[in-house]
Amino acid sequence: MAQILEIANLYKSYGPVEILKDINVSINEGDFLVLVGPSGCGKSTLLNCIAGLEPITGGQMHIGGRDMTNVSPKDRDIAMVFQSYALYPTMTVAKNITFGMKVRGIDQATQDEKLAYVAQQLQIEPLLNRKPGQLSGGQRQRVAMGRALVRDPKLFLFDEPLSNLDAKLRVEMRTEIKALHQRLGASMVYVTHDQIEAMTLATKIVVMKDGIIQQIGTPAEIYNRPANLFVADFMGSPAMNLIPAKTRANGNGTHIEIARKSGEPMVLTDTKNLSLPEDVIIGVRPENIADAAVPTGPDAQVAECVIDIVEPAGADTFAVMELGGKHVTARLHAETTAAPGVAQRLAFDLGKASYFAPDTGLRLN
Amino acid sequence: MADLSSTSVPAESQAGKIALRWLLYLLLGVFVLFYLMPLFVMITTSLKSLDEIRTGDLISLPREVTFDAWRTAWSGACTGIQCEGVRPFFWNSVLIAIPAVAISTLVGALNGYVVAQWRFRGANIFFSLMLFGCFIPFQVVLLPMARVLGIMGIAGTIPGLIFVHVIYGLGFTTLFFRNYYVSIPSELTKAAKVDGAGFFRIFWSIFLPLSLPIIVVTVIWQFTQIWNDFLFGVSFSQAGTQPVTVALNNIVNSTTGVKEYNVDMAAAIIAALPTLFVYVVAGKYFVRGLTAGSVKG
Repeated sequence: MAQILEIANLYKSYGPVEILKDINVSINEGDFLVLVGPSGCGKSTLLNCIAGLEPITGGQMHIGGRDMTNVSPKDRDIAMVFQSYALYPTMTVAKNITFGMKVRGIDQATQDEKLAYVAQQLQIEPLLNRKPGQLSGGQRQRVAMGRALVRDPKLFLFDEPLSNLDAKLRVEMRTEIKALHQRLGASMVYVTHDQIEAMTLATKIVVMKDGIIQQIGTPAEIYNRPANLFVADFMGSPAMNLIPAKTRANGNGTHIEIARKSGEPMVLTDTKNLSLPEDVIIGVRPENIADAAVPTGPDAQVAECVIDIVEPAGADTFAVMELGGKHVTARLHAETTAAPGVAQRLAFDLGKASYFAPDTGLRLN
Repeated sequence: MADLSSTSVPAESQAGKIALRWLLYLLLGVFVLFYLMPLFVMITTSLKSLDEIRTGDLISLPREVTFDAWRTAWSGACTGIQCEGVRPFFWNSVLIAIPAVAISTLVGALNGYVVAQWRFRGANIFFSLMLFGCFIPFQVVLLPMARVLGIMGIAGTIPGLIFVHVIYGLGFTTLFFRNYYVSIPSELTKAAKVDGAGFFRIFWSIFLPLSLPIIVVTVIWQFTQIWNDFLFGVSFSQAGTQPVTVALNNIVNSTTGVKEYNVDMAAAIIAALPTLFVYVVAGKYFVRGLTAGSVKG
């Protein structure tokens, strides 16, 4: 498939402050790229650079094979949806959607035809003569999408489009955006700080922190094989358990020794052939610590742990205990017998365990 | 019982509340009368004949209403050697105020739009310097401005006065529009840029339609300033281009012999009418909240 966006060695600074450092990303036609990271990580700046709204300090950018490094936003063949929707307040919905075409001098018949098509796609026909002030949050969101859709651009850019909606509507619109992406097969770049949005929408995720890309990969890669402690901690809810441990090589695997609050350290065995330093941080997802009573994977090993807190969440119950001096969360089934202060037999599945170096934070396996 | 005590107490405090309310209205009424007194004296005096003024009481109503003083003030009163009333000067003021208000408002809007939405290197310094211009006493600039007008060849002309008022109005108009436009989310500009609109298109299609409230504020402010200006009017005009404020001064101060108070009052009211008119007409367009809905609800 053709490459639609290619960013090479991009740098961006405001005076002496470097916002983006050596960004290299490329996506293919039809990809849904999500830029995710905590606030201040530079993800929105990167999106603005892609849009051409911010000049870049170094590097190149190609969109649809054309060098766009110094091209103005209107000539980049992009459309953008903003966090605040940025609808033109004095224009009706119809005028909002057709404004871009009007500016470009497209004839009235084409404008009407495209407007009708987009309004039908997004089911906003009854709203066309209203002003943005008379619309609800969800309706404004749709109009903003309509304004982008009508352009039929090479690349759609979304800047946290759902963060102003309430929780329920956010989930609905998320599904709708995903459906839209599948229906149109369009290429999209989407910025969010919500890792669940990133996981559900993306075909490719870029995790950023302090203007540096931490990891690029499919949602599964990011989730199962985080490249460093930051990504491991940031992606997934509840977060991955990151437990300091000591390792000892053994004939048929590696012993992992984890300190407990009281009594003997807990020893688990990873049967894979690993070459690890003595001190590591082991990362285990909450769902890989389960009730021992429930059958689990081949790598599961049972250990007894004293539960500190039990948090029922409906479908699952989260049990929190202390291991290696850290709070560790286990995802147990809803009808678990776990109770605070009582020892519970838990099955640790190390098949998907990650190991990180405590000093550099980098992944070891 | 409990019922009785609980009903009698509010009844008492109710009476107290009503008394307090009446006291408040009384006080407000006194203030209203106090502030209206000068206007009342001006209007009644302007409607009296000179004889009546000389013999009557300052605050008594006219025994016989006559508009002679108004007629004289408008077209017959003497300003120095010329006896044409305030009429020609009134039109001078109109010719000065309308273009000066229009130009300074439009340029102020453009300035404010640039400073608020198209941040450039040194934008803050630029804006601070403009603000500084608001606080320079006008007396300080009289001589340099006279020199500039001379060099430009528009000294003593109406375009010269328009120029002076535009320059000295820009500080305030820029301030007004800048403060209004910074509250408009910059994403609106970004969205329009992605849509393909340029600098002037965004200003014209998106920002100006949003600006009615601040345009009204600016117009009221500028019109009042320019219409009521005396210092520039007296410094940079010559016979034939003087604004109404200067003419009023001349009518009042340059007459010898009998003081025609009724004519003075009528001329003063005529000179003040346009600013009053602007307040009454434009005030009702002062609607807030036109941006409501451009961002999150």
